Amino acid sequence: MKFQDEFRDKGLVRNMAANIRRMAKRLTAPVNFMEVCGTHTMSIYQYGLRSLLPDTVRLVSGPGCPVCVTPVGYLDQALSCAADPRNIVATFGDMLRVPGSRSSLMEERARGADIRIVYSSLDALALAKNNPDRQVVFLGIGFETTAPTVAASILEAARLGLGNYCVLAAHKTMPLAMEILTADPELNLGGYLCPAHVSTVIGANAYKPLAEKHRIPCVVTGFEPADVMQGIEMLLAQVLAGESRVEIQYSRAVSWEGNPKAQRILELVFEPCDAVWRGLGNLPGSGLTIRPELAAFDARKALKLAAAEERENPACRCGEVLKGKLTPLECPLFDKACTPETPVGACMVSSEGTCAAAHRYGR
Amino acid sequence: MCLAVPMKIISRAGDEIVAEVDGVRKEASVMLLGEEVTVGDYVIVHAGFAISKLDQEYAEETLRMMEEIFSPEDMA
Ligand code: SF4
Repeated sequence: MKFQDEFRDKGLVRNMAANIRRMAKRLTAPVNFMEVCGTHTMSIYQYGLRSLLPDTVRLVSGPGCPVCVTPVGYLDQALSCAADPRNIVATFGDMLRVPGSRSSLMEERARGADIRIVYSSLDALALAKNNPDRQVVFLGIGFETTAPTVAASILEAARLGLGNYCVLAAHKTMPLAMEILTADPELNLGGYLCPAHVSTVIGANAYKPLAEKHRIPCVVTGFEPADVMQGIEMLLAQVLAGESRVEIQYSRAVSWEGNPKAQRILELVFEPCDAVWRGLGNLPGSGLTIRPELAAFDARKALKLAAAEERENPACRCGEVLKGKLTPLECPLFDKACTPETPVGACMVSSEGTCAAAHRYGR
Repeated sequence: MCLAVPMKIISRAGDEIVAEVDGVRKEASVMLLGEEVTVGDYVIVHAGFAISKLDQEYAEETLRMMEEIFSPEDMA
């Protein structure tokens, strides 16, 4: 068992697709299933899964790429940190090309700003240890999968008494955003392929209110092609039976309770706050902010940053793409003014972004 | 950045592991894992941290279900 190749078997995927087509004949109306996780979006494009599905089973991509939902105002704050020569900005690579309102980290780096790409929050922490005379600002973005890793770095910095490490945090939590999308009549969602890795941390129980209150089927689904197909099959079975339950397809990695240790570390460092999502606007209680006790590690407080101002590029249709209302090809800028080299919106930057996936793999 | 991959643990010293997938080795921390893991186990690694241990039995059961439900006999 390598936990990978087995779930990429073409024959398996084809058989499952045939079964889905057969099941779909019993549908009385087309259904829309949303994949919330960027890794699902990538897998669906990469393996051409849409083309295997009948017309009556539609997949729409949701706001599951953390880079894509990060608003312009956050980028501008990160850019203002980078502009100060006393600071080193440490970031995951995907953030580099995301356009702020005037510039991007990439452009600032070309102009001499000290911006370092790191693979892990611990690498950023090591930068702080090795550069005691500089302030390291780590760009903390990501959902519940990434937030505990950033929390761990803050606890470690506190333990070491490091005074030159801080985090510009814009973490977001998933279930609330899903709840808001569920209520959108235009989307008319019939089920969720719930995110795989977010769920390893929060556990499948987190979707129970969604399934119960909004009567929407939820299946926590893995990201390999056979996983995605099985997730769709399980959703279809629920739809056909008129049910709305939470099920776990990705049982090899996800439990009902999730990872209690990661949850505890997350809660030690962060508390819920309102958060602006690109395309969705301000969603009360959907973000995570550093607790006041740890303010020394909160870049906004430690560096007294100006409040974020939101100004989206009006030409970009990312908002509608993130809500699954528009496919990238329906955006007039797609592959014209907006390409991975010259992105207008964040969805074209991150490899998990819907527009980037559409660009790379075609329809 | 959300990339998270199943990797096999090939060594462990305290909270630090080295894990491998397709010949690529990476260091990671098991600081966030509640369960015990040892060399030979598979974990999902995300941004330098193991966030979940993969369960062989469940993986086999999932594969079995994929194959069973979608066997050719069932396609008639
Ligand atoms: S193609 Fe570019 S501008 Fe259009 S929605 Fe996608 S990222 Fe935004």
